[in-house]
Amino acid sequence: MEYFFELFFSGLTRGSIYALIALGYTMVYGIIELINFAHGEIYMIGAFTALIVAGVLSLLGFNELSILALAALAAVVYSSAYGYTIEKMAYKPLRKAPRLSALISAIGMSIFLQNYVLLAQTSDFLPFPSLIPDFHFLEPIAHLITSAEVVIVVTTAVVMVILSFLIKFTRLGKAMRATAQDKDMAMLMGVNVNRVISFTFIIGSATAAIGGVLIASHIGMINFYIGFIAGIKAFTAAVLGGIGSVPGAVLGGLVLGWTESFATGYVSSDYEDVFAFTLLVLILIFRPEGILGRSTTQKV
Amino acid sequence: MLELKDIRSYYGNIQAIKGVSLTISEGEIITLIGGNGAGKTTTLMSISGIVPPRSGEILFMGEPIHEKSPDEIVSMGICQVPEGRRIFPFLTVMENLDMGAFLRKDKDGIKKDLEYIYDLFPILAERRHQAGGTLSGGEQQMLAISRALMARPRLLLMDEPSLGLAPLVVRRIFEIIEQINRENNTTIFLVEQNANLALKVANRGYVMENGLITMADDAGKLLANEEVKRAYLGL
Repeated sequence: MEYFFELFFSGLTRGSIYALIALGYTMVYGIIELINFAHGEIYMIGAFTALIVAGVLSLLGFNELSILALAALAAVVYSSAYGYTIEKMAYKPLRKAPRLSALISAIGMSIFLQNYVLLAQTSDFLPFPSLIPDFHFLEPIAHLITSAEVVIVVTTAVVMVILSFLIKFTRLGKAMRATAQDKDMAMLMGVNVNRVISFTFIIGSATAAIGGVLIASHIGMINFYIGFIAGIKAFTAAVLGGIGSVPGAVLGGLVLGWTESFATGYVSSDYEDVFAFTLLVLILIFRPEGILGRSTTQKV
Repeated sequence: MLELKDIRSYYGNIQAIKGVSLTISEGEIITLIGGNGAGKTTTLMSISGIVPPRSGEILFMGEPIHEKSPDEIVSMGICQVPEGRRIFPFLTVMENLDMGAFLRKDKDGIKKDLEYIYDLFPILAERRHQAGGTLSGGEQQMLAISRALMARPRLLLMDEPSLGLAPLVVRRIFEIIEQINRENNTTIFLVEQNANLALKVANRGYVMENGLITMADDAGKLLANEEVKRAYLGL
């Protein structure tokens, strides 16, 4: 039973990270119907930013918690700037073009950013400091779940709550939902659609950066390629939950995390991806719109 | 109030409007009638800035607006009820109405207008927490008009509000159009295929064919015009 809980918590942690990254995919898709393949790279850039900032700050003698906070903040700001710029450079000029053009542009952006980091940094794995301190009050359950995992799960939950509030109750959130449902009509109501799209990219990038910092500090090393793998998994999570749906991204992330964790624990770690993608195929066959996705037929 | 001077608009490479000029004065109801594909909807979309004209000028209160973005045009007081109603299907009725007041900051005014609308269409008050997409066609049209009114427009553009609605509902919608014009002194530019009804509520009318204005006259005179009767009134 203890083994079960161990797997449960490690799946929860993994799923939280997938959910954080999947949010960016799903929100961008919801608004401009584009799979932003460069999104995984935003997450990777977030991790690199945090590594550099954390290195500088620890040389300057800052304490553990303030390094974590400042490095995460820097990653969020820097990644958001990247997300914003990518949209303006690679997607906005193609907004009226066929959807395939923007998709190809996204793949190109992804390859470009990977190679940019490869050249500017290194192709080697870099050690990432464990920025998340061990909490003493968690000692009784330390054999089941580490402090880092608790921090990841709690942070994800907080981000989700803030995001849901933003989408449901703020003026910007309402504008985002209206834009997602009918862009021209949102314009006719006075919504500055360009600004809404920019905000969406910024929010998605910020959550991906948070995910990048947390997972890098949990796993302990990064390289230029981590964005690709995490991106594919998070994309799977977004499709699983129903692309375009925010709660769907969270649920998809968690389901994927648990599937992988239990498959690794009870079968073999070799079969981790087999189970994850079999699940995806099954969902696509029996419920193509995803677990929480809306079917496309609607009375308008 | 609104003046179009020889505007030409394109969808891609297809020219939809080939030089349209018209004027609308404050407080009027003006109608634009014409068949399918005449360029009526494009004319409205050009005014709203969604399909900006490639040449020509659009003046609103003497100010050129043809190079402004759609949200700037809305903020100047031009709001549109587009063809097919275009309700946000997953927003509630109340959220749809809030979207109409998107650029407004006067909370008290918004609240008062909301009461005015619930008075005008009690059914919307009843369904305020329901998703817009679940309303019937007639209710959606009422919501579309109400949503535009929430912007407190000085000029209201309406694109085929009678489309696909039962005759009784159509009559009710046209009564409301007259009422809005009378009570709030809102200028109305009404695009319609139902020429008979449109010309009955309008002060003046324009007839559009193949991207050009072919006739312009008082609504009463157009109603009596033999050519209009034959082509648009089915008489």
